[in-house]
Amino acid sequence: MTNLKPANTTPVADADPAAPAAPARSGWRSLLPTMTPWLAIGLALVGGIVLFGLIAPLLVGDPRQIRDQGLTPPSAEFWLGTTQTGQDVLAQLAFATRGSLQIGLLVGVLATVLSAFFGIYGAYRGKFLDDAFSLFTNVFLVIPGLPLVIVISGFVPRESRGLWTIAVVLAVTGWAASARVLHAQTLSVRQRDYVAASQVSGERPWRVIVVEILPNLLPVIASQFVFAVIAAILGEAGLSYIGLGASNSATLGTMLFYAQNGFALSLGAWWWFVPPGLMIALFGTGLSLVNFSIDEVINPKLKNLRQHRRRARRALRLERELARASRRTAAVKETDR
Amino acid sequence: MTSVHVTDLVKDYTIRGGLKRTRLRAVDHVSLELTPGRTVALVGESGSGKSTIAKILTRMETPTSGGVKVVRDDGTEVDRAAYRREVQMVFQDPFASLNPFHSIEHHIARPLRIHDRTAAGEETRQRVLEMLERVNLTPAATIAPRRPHELSGGQRQRVAIARALAPGARVLIADEPVSMLDVSIRLGVLNLLGRLQREDDLAVLYITHDLATARHFSDEITVLYRGRVVERGPADAVILDPHHEYTKLLAAAAPDPERLGRVTADAPVDRDAIDNGACYDHFAGEWREAGVPAAEARAAVRD
Repeated sequence: MTNLKPANTTPVADADPAAPAAPARSGWRSLLPTMTPWLAIGLALVGGIVLFGLIAPLLVGDPRQIRDQGLTPPSAEFWLGTTQTGQDVLAQLAFATRGSLQIGLLVGVLATVLSAFFGIYGAYRGKFLDDAFSLFTNVFLVIPGLPLVIVISGFVPRESRGLWTIAVVLAVTGWAASARVLHAQTLSVRQRDYVAASQVSGERPWRVIVVEILPNLLPVIASQFVFAVIAAILGEAGLSYIGLGASNSATLGTMLFYAQNGFALSLGAWWWFVPPGLMIALFGTGLSLVNFSIDEVINPKLKNLRQHRRRARRALRLERELARASRRTAAVKETDR
Repeated sequence: MTSVHVTDLVKDYTIRGGLKRTRLRAVDHVSLELTPGRTVALVGESGSGKSTIAKILTRMETPTSGGVKVVRDDGTEVDRAAYRREVQMVFQDPFASLNPFHSIEHHIARPLRIHDRTAAGEETRQRVLEMLERVNLTPAATIAPRRPHELSGGQRQRVAIARALAPGARVLIADEPVSMLDVSIRLGVLNLLGRLQREDDLAVLYITHDLATARHFSDEITVLYRGRVVERGPADAVILDPHHEYTKLLAAAAPDPERLGRVTADAPVDRDAIDNGACYDHFAGEWREAGVPAAEARAAVRD
């Protein structure tokens, strides 16, 4: 018999087998992506914007306050200038960022829950339910998203078009693609022996899904969530820009809508439309960078590729240095002679 | 103690290919009997229905016809609710049968908790450590918090065995438990299974395609071919005195250390010719129609 004892057997542990075991190490650590410069930039962008959205509204003044100094460029008093009606752009940007983040988070959560339910539960149960869920998902997949959103938003009267309405509309049109991905992934995971083993030991179906299958899907779900947040913020900005956003809410989209209505572009008031546009672009960039790092967890090949490239670069550099060094010694010998 | 009576088991799979539907009979009127303290080996090539029988016995598949009856010593039949406590399974691939996300402790603690063998908390942890020690995984306290990828194949298979025994199983289905392991640790795992069987008086169904380990480890061998039982009998009798053409083929395929030189593959075998549709029963000492229940066969011997 070989390999019965691990190499690090300690006599102390042998002598006292009744000693309580160390708390079980969880699998969470393996789910975290490796820190790379890209991930750091992404996290910094997302973290910075989220902090801005959380804290800045408390520090700035009333974004609706109208002053008689319209369309002033950035100055010491108004860091990002004022709008046509003399409202502080920085204050507006702070509240708009918060509004957009709210929508993004709400839609992200809703869409992820919907896609997880239809994707994972359907694939786990199989047979008729799976067929029904797949059909349902496919129907939602081929519904053109933005036109439907426009129709629904246009149909709901403006007074009752609140934050939740927009969030639900965006979530309902945006979950299907993620559900398909999760469906495929679940089909693969549920075939694994450990799922069968837990069924044989008598686990209830919901526990098999939540405890045995779900953790192995977490990287995929996280990636889908991040994607849903980006899509939601962009979708909401698009809706608000054409004037179909949530009523009496302030988001980056409504800022752009008012800037457009106020002829900001033709008046050359760049401080009015550049900040919200840039904010959307930077937040999208940040989340995408985070998403690429999550992709590495899902597909270790990408990680190997990156490490391989780095090793190759380092080897090349070393080789060059060696060549240079040997040339130098050769030159020294030459002069010595 | 618990025994299992499999009678006239049939499992059909429907294969859908476009508009055509064909039926594949994976298991064809198989009868088996598992009794406490005895090991029955189920031998056959890939696709002969071994794993399907294992799946039916563990209730992962429902049979098309025929039945599985699990009976305790006092004559009461094991019902649905208690089935999973009595009948457990060790999977073939130890690299796939443990969830990479969870610790070893989780894998053994869950069956204990599900079947109310322990109260939550410290008692469960103690039981987990006991189970790990029973399968020679020591020091248990350092193994328990690890995750599967930190263990070797042999160690993982021991964890899988501990998990199967955790609910207090009386019947163990071992689906090729050593085929994925290094040759050097196979014997260790098989001896462990043998020891646990003696200690707990387990009824074991040992599924394999390896005649050598089947003879070493089991009391009785049942040879499956194309879903049918083609030969059954005491382990030595089946291997040393095979009657069915397919069993002869299997026995000849096993490498023989006495024979020198390289054994080259013979001419392709005519599969239909070796299939005579009958089953040689060593207990009865005669050919029978395929599908005669083992109990009847054995009863015939006793008469």
